Amino acid sequence: MRWLSDQGLRNLLRVAADPDFGGTKYRLLDEISRGGMGTVYRAVDTELERQIAIKVLNGPEAGEDIARRMVREAQIIARLEHPGIVPVHDVGLLPDGRVFYAMKLVRGGRLDQYASADVSLKDRLRKFQAACEAVAFAHSHGVIHRDLKPQNIMIGSFGEVLVLDWGVAKVMPTHSTQADSEADTLLLAANGNTGDELQDTAQGTIIGTPVYMSPEQARGEIEGLDERSDVYSLGAILYFLFTGKSPRLTDEARLQIRPRELNSKVTKPAEAVCLKALAQSREDRYANARELAADIAHLIDDEPVSAYRENTVERVGRWLGKNRFLVLLVLTYLLIRVFFIFTARR
Amino acid sequence: MEQDTDIGGQENRFPETRHSAIVAARSEDVQVRQRAFEAIVASYWKPAYKYIRIKWKASNEDAKDLTQGFFTTAIEKRYFDSYDSTIASFQTFIRTCLDRFVANQRKSQQRLKRGGSSEHFSLDFSEAEGELLLQPRADELTPEDYFHREWVRNLFSQSVERLQQHYKEKGSEVYFNLFERYDLQADGQDHSVDKVSYASLAREFGVSTMDVTNYLAAARRDFRKLVLNNLRELTGGEDEFRREARALLGVEIK
Repeated sequence: MRWLSDQGLRNLLRVAADPDFGGTKYRLLDEISRGGMGTVYRAVDTELERQIAIKVLNGPEAGEDIARRMVREAQIIARLEHPGIVPVHDVGLLPDGRVFYAMKLVRGGRLDQYASADVSLKDRLRKFQAACEAVAFAHSHGVIHRDLKPQNIMIGSFGEVLVLDWGVAKVMPTHSTQADSEADTLLLAANGNTGDELQDTAQGTIIGTPVYMSPEQARGEIEGLDERSDVYSLGAILYFLFTGKSPRLTDEARLQIRPRELNSKVTKPAEAVCLKALAQSREDRYANARELAADIAHLIDDEPVSAYRENTVERVGRWLGKNRFLVLLVLTYLLIRVFFIFTARR
Repeated sequence: MEQDTDIGGQENRFPETRHSAIVAARSEDVQVRQRAFEAIVASYWKPAYKYIRIKWKASNEDAKDLTQGFFTTAIEKRYFDSYDSTIASFQTFIRTCLDRFVANQRKSQQRLKRGGSSEHFSLDFSEAEGELLLQPRADELTPEDYFHREWVRNLFSQSVERLQQHYKEKGSEVYFNLFERYDLQADGQDHSVDKVSYASLAREFGVSTMDVTNYLAAARRDFRKLVLNNLRELTGGEDEFRREARALLGVEIK
């Protein structure tokens, strides 16, 4: 009988455990990434003859709650039609019983990879602003992401910014009607059930990624989470973009090192924006991602930001810096005038 | 578009879905029982032999005798009749029986002489011994985990053989050859190291990249079906089969 090495056996186990796309229009190519809930594969849509990405639930043993979450993720993304959010094309069940959804295949790199390159602070801010706008759009539709981190933000090959992985997103109570009931219907079909109530993420459950997670989320206060929890995560991402490190907190939940201590190029207003987003008390943060995005736009344009009160010297300095060309022009004009006055007197 | 092959599907050239050999081992029909025993022995003798060598630190000669003796006694004394799939998996059951058998043998110092029993199986122990040398047990694996891994290895090896046979009979060897080249990786290398791509395979086999995609997808699907088919044969009932399929492949059998 054929001898299988350990590596050969691992390959075959992976192949055999790969999702079965038989009877669908998709052909599996390879694995892109694997997460706790699902695995993303590169696949071919054989009808349209184009490559797509398909997220497939890791296995039915993952549990009903996880499957339900994945269907909800697909439905939430489908509702959020925004250039910063990857469009979903299809959702359904594979012949092997696993939930999947198909989406656009994004070619590019993750924000953390982008930030490790030699990119100016302004360019980083522009990408960050685009991410904030995508999250702000979700907030305006009553959706909070709950797992924002550099690894979940992609920079596409055209420079576009896409916020990914909405697997633990929450629809705010006033918005959660249609998607929830549709997710339940699909899952009940998947599990052969007829009507037991499915459980949402329980109070006290900690979901998300620790260093990018708001203090209230880290405490497991699922019920009370709102847009400001995402604002904290965005603040942590901004900290990462400024310093190349994720924020670390002291035992008293205070920031150990301020951004300017790690990167002197970070201006005081920029640091203030970051610290406001990272405020321990959510009342002290931006109310939502749109407010944060507005301050980021001001930073990019050298305008005053809501998070920082300038003194007169700073205001004049910023004005001079922003109007450098005009100031130089006036100074040159004045120097020429003085020169002519002196030469005329002689 | 290229038609996928379908094991047990429309063309139905592949043998029908296998039934549980564990159930068949209790049959009153001698021939049915004999075939069932052969299937069980074929799937378990290598894991059993290696397990005895590792856990019981038996010499290869002792391990040969104990393996032969175990299966012979199990069949003669109809060990498998007492198996209850609601208590444990068949794999756990057979390992427990094996442990008990070896312990008893050691206790009574009765060394089974090869060929001394009424039943004798033709088992290639030199092959199993060679495999032991090629792939020694990793320290972090318990003997029980090692037994499970060797059982999975055997199950997959059988499935690969059957897949090859299936495509040979259909005259579609290219499916298997691509599968072997890309997924089986005879040299034991990872793709990330080996850099085998669909495009390079397309050039190597003189087909289009889309053909490589389709052939590989079909071969993988057929392989998965064969693994499940073999698994069904080696489990005691539908519930155990589903549990094992879920544990092994993460698939839910409807």
